[in-house]
This record gives sequence, C-alpha cells and structure tokens, in this order.
Amino acid sequence: MGKPDETMTTGVVATLLKFVRRCIIAVLSYGPMLGHIAFIMDGNRRYAKVRSMKEGTGHRMGFSALIASLLYCYEMGVKYITVYAFSIDNFKRDPSEVQYLMELMEEKINELLEKRDVINKVKCKINFWGDLDMLTEPVKLAAQKLMASTAGNNGLVFSVCMPYNSTSEIVNAVNELCAERRDIAHKEHLGNCNGHAANNGAHSDISVADLDRHMYSHGCPDPDIVIRTSGEARLSNFLLWQTMFTHLQNPDPLWPEFSLRHLAWAILQYQRVYPYLEQNKKLAKKQL
Amino acid sequence: MGTKAMDAFVANETPVFMNKPPPHVFKLMSLPSAVLNLALGSLWCIIHVVISLFSLFSHLTFNLECFLISSGLLRKYRNLQLSRIKYLAIVVDSREAKNTVKINQLLCWLKTLGVKYVCLYDIDGVLKKLFEPSMNGSKDEKSGDYLDVSANIKALDGCHRAMTLECISGSDGKEGIAKAANLLCSTYLNGDRSGHENVKSESVFTETDMASALKSVGCGGPEPDLLLVYGPARCHLGFPAWRLRYTEIMHMGPLKSMKYGAIVKALYNFSKKHQNYGK
Repeated sequence: MGKPDETMTTGVVATLLKFVRRCIIAVLSYGPMLGHIAFIMDGNRRYAKVRSMKEGTGHRMGFSALIASLLYCYEMGVKYITVYAFSIDNFKRDPSEVQYLMELMEEKINELLEKRDVINKVKCKINFWGDLDMLTEPVKLAAQKLMASTAGNNGLVFSVCMPYNSTSEIVNAVNELCAERRDIAHKEHLGNCNGHAANNGAHSDISVADLDRHMYSHGCPDPDIVIRTSGEARLSNFLLWQTMFTHLQNPDPLWPEFSLRHLAWAILQYQRVYPYLEQNKKLAKKQL
Repeated sequence: MGTKAMDAFVANETPVFMNKPPPHVFKLMSLPSAVLNLALGSLWCIIHVVISLFSLFSHLTFNLECFLISSGLLRKYRNLQLSRIKYLAIVVDSREAKNTVKINQLLCWLKTLGVKYVCLYDIDGVLKKLFEPSMNGSKDEKSGDYLDVSANIKALDGCHRAMTLECISGSDGKEGIAKAANLLCSTYLNGDRSGHENVKSESVFTETDMASALKSVGCGGPEPDLLLVYGPARCHLGFPAWRLRYTEIMHMGPLKSMKYGAIVKALYNFSKKHQNYGK
C-alpha cells in the first residue's frame, strides 16, 4: 500500500472513530450526566511490570491515559475533574522512584505551562490540592505558576491532588480556621478597646460549613463518582470528607488501560444508581 | 493504545479545545431535533434494559454461588482465615436499617463466622436507637460506645461467641470532626489569650492531635479493616472519615436480599488482599 493510501485509510478510520465516540457521548448524555468525576490512578507500576517495561514507563503511559480521559470528560460536559496524582504516603516509596515521579510531574507541569494559551482559550482552571511545601522546589514553583496563570478561568476545573491526604486536608482546614478565629478574636479585642461593638465570630461553635470553607475543594461540588482503577476497593485517604454520597467504583483495568469504553461503563453504572443517590442528598439537605 | 498512538490521538484531539464550545450536545444538521432526541432516548433506554438483564443474570449466578458456599460445597471457602479482620464495619441504608430481623440475623451470622468486633453505621442513627436500650445500661464512658451484646444475640440460635458491637451514625462523621475541631480551636484560642497577646503563633495541629481530639469528643474508635455496604449503591454515606482511610469497601447489595454465602465470599476476598499503604 502506498503512503497516500495509508494516510487516507488512517484518516477515514480516525474520522469514523470520532463519529462513533460522539454518538456514544450523545446517547449517554440523554441520561443524568456527571458534574464532578474523581480518579484514583492506580496500577501504573503493575502495568509496567506485567509488560516487562521500566517502572517509569508505566507512569508516563498513565499520564497519556489521564490526558485522554480529560478530553473525553470535557467532550461529555463534565465540569470538574479531580485526580489523585500523589499521596503523602507515597513519599514512603523508594527515593529513586519518588525522585522520578517529582521529575515527571515537573516535566508535565512545564509542558502545560508551555501550552498555557491553549488552556486559557478553553478556560480550563487548574488547581493543585495538597501540601505543596512537601514537594521539591522546582515542582512547587511550577505548580504555583500554573495555578496562578489559570486562576481566572471559569470553564473546566481540573484539580490535581499532590501531595494529598484527606486527613491532612482536614487538619489543614482546622489550622486555617483556628488562625481565622484568632484574627477575629484579636480584632474583637481591639474593637472592645476602642469601644466598638464586638461580633461573635470567634465564639460560635465550629460547624461543618466552617470546615467546608477551608477545604481545598471549597468551590467544587462533591464528586459524583470516584473511580479507582486496578480493582482495589479502598479510598486510601482520598476525598473522605467529600464522598458522602459519591458512587465508589473500582473497575479492574489498570490506569494506563483506562479508556472511553471504561468511562462510558462507569457513567452507565452511575446513571443506574443516580435516583438513589439524589434521594439521599435531598434527605440530607432537608435535615440541615 | 500504544504510547505513540495515544500521543497522536491527543495531538489530533487538542484542536477540539481550540475551536469548538463544549461539544457534549451533539447535533446532526439534517434531522429535526425532536426525532433525534427520541432516537437517543430509545437507544439509552435499550442500553439500560440490556444492562439490567445482564445484571439480573449475574445476580442469579451470584445467588447460586452463595448457595454453594453456604452448603460447604466450594472447598476454598470452607476454612476462612479471619486473623486479618480485627474490626468489621457495616454501612446500612437507613430505610433498610429499620428491618430489625435482618440486622439481628446479620449480626448472628457474623458472630457464627467468628468476627470479634462489628461497627454498625447508618446515616440517620436508626441502628443507634435500635440498640440504645441495651447500650444505656452498660455504657463504658472511657471506651466510647463499645458494648458486648452477647445478651442480644444469645436469643438467636447458633450464636455462642462474644462479639463487641458499636453503633454510630452520621453525627459521628462530619459533625464529630467539627466537634473535635472546636475542641482544638478552643484550646488554641484559650492558650493564645492567656499567653502573650502580641505574639502571633500559628496553630500547628497535627493528625495525631486531631485523632486525640476525636477520641475526647467520643468519636474515636478503631479503623475497620473491611466495610460492607448494604444498600442499592456502593457509597459510604458519610462513615467517619478518620476511620475510613485504608478500609476495604465492598458492596453487598440491598439488606433484604443479603446472603450468608456473600459474606463468606467477601471475607475470603478480603483475606487475599494485599495493601502497600502508599509504598
């Protein structure tokens, strides 16, 4: 087969696949669609091991799978996407692997910084949730730069949890709340000294809503589904506060194998339990 | 998808971002939208009907497997190793939790299997109220809500071993964390007031501090190794976050169709799990 024929065939196949994909998305969109999807990208190392590749290759393929999933989610109209990129527990791994992951994250964040114009054109906002001080300096700076450059966007919200733990997020919220109340208490004290009326901000009990305001996820709705690939059944300290009425799914494929058909299946499963979850959310709201 | 193919796909599809608005509403120019809507709706319904049929078939197969497990015909489930399960938690949908017969039967099964510690959770506190009369008499303030309910279970046949039962509800979840946060904050603010007023020290509470605070407000408790969810969906319904970090979560289906074999299978599958804890 000559090269022009090959190119034409590839072009036709690509167009056909695109059409099929659009049809699948159109059918899925008839039912209740997701507002927020979260991924625990598990299985990169196993993927590399099974295929006798270098461990790092698994993580790189995982990144490609992430970008593809982001594009599919965007096409489906999912507005919030959150991924568990690096857990605080992952620092316990072999130092060489941690170093590799840090370098990979720095490389990918810098690539995204180079494509800033594209990202801003589609109004994608990128957040980094976690204790950024635990990252190496270059990664931290790159992450802060990317967050700052997309902060004004109001389209797709892509949140990367790194390095993140749900319990650490809760403690961080408590610390911020304490600092806020301390400041209010100081202002009250000064207000009292100057004869101004005091408010009761520092004296009321802390509520769930107060803690919500200081979570990294403040401003994002709770996830509709959390997908953990490679079939593992635990959350591993991910979004424990935010997943009260979230459908937890654990499909068997490893993260680099996660593709449109797995995503479509996940959405179909979610649509089956949607009435139950909505009912529970409404009941919970009524009780507040 | 190979790496090169994936990268090529990504390179091809990025223009989607550039030129078009979110394309999730797909319009064919030549057909009226009402007909298109009807076609999409019909396809969607058909897909869900097909999934439901497959689900029914797999449910029937699962029921058969549970029957075989209960009868002891499947060898691998005969000698269950429960050494790794120190704490088991059960999340029940609050509407199903009112079915006291099923709850007691479930507890009896777990006792028979040799589970030593069970934590029952439902968001509305139905289970707490259910076991409240027997708990009030023997509540040990120091150890929280732990209680030996062999008295409750002894009434059922075939249950001889002692089992510790804990009942928690939605108020022990986020609200419990808020109470603990309140405790920490008051300690901090009181310390701030009694110390040097002009020195602004940042609060640096750690996860250990939070865990102690949770224990002080009565929301401490062991982290379950395994959580069984009884309800229509695999959803933890607000189970206390601090106790859910590395817990294996398994969905068991509705409580009304619970099976002894399903519990055995879940415990067996758990015994085969291996956790890295982040490593």
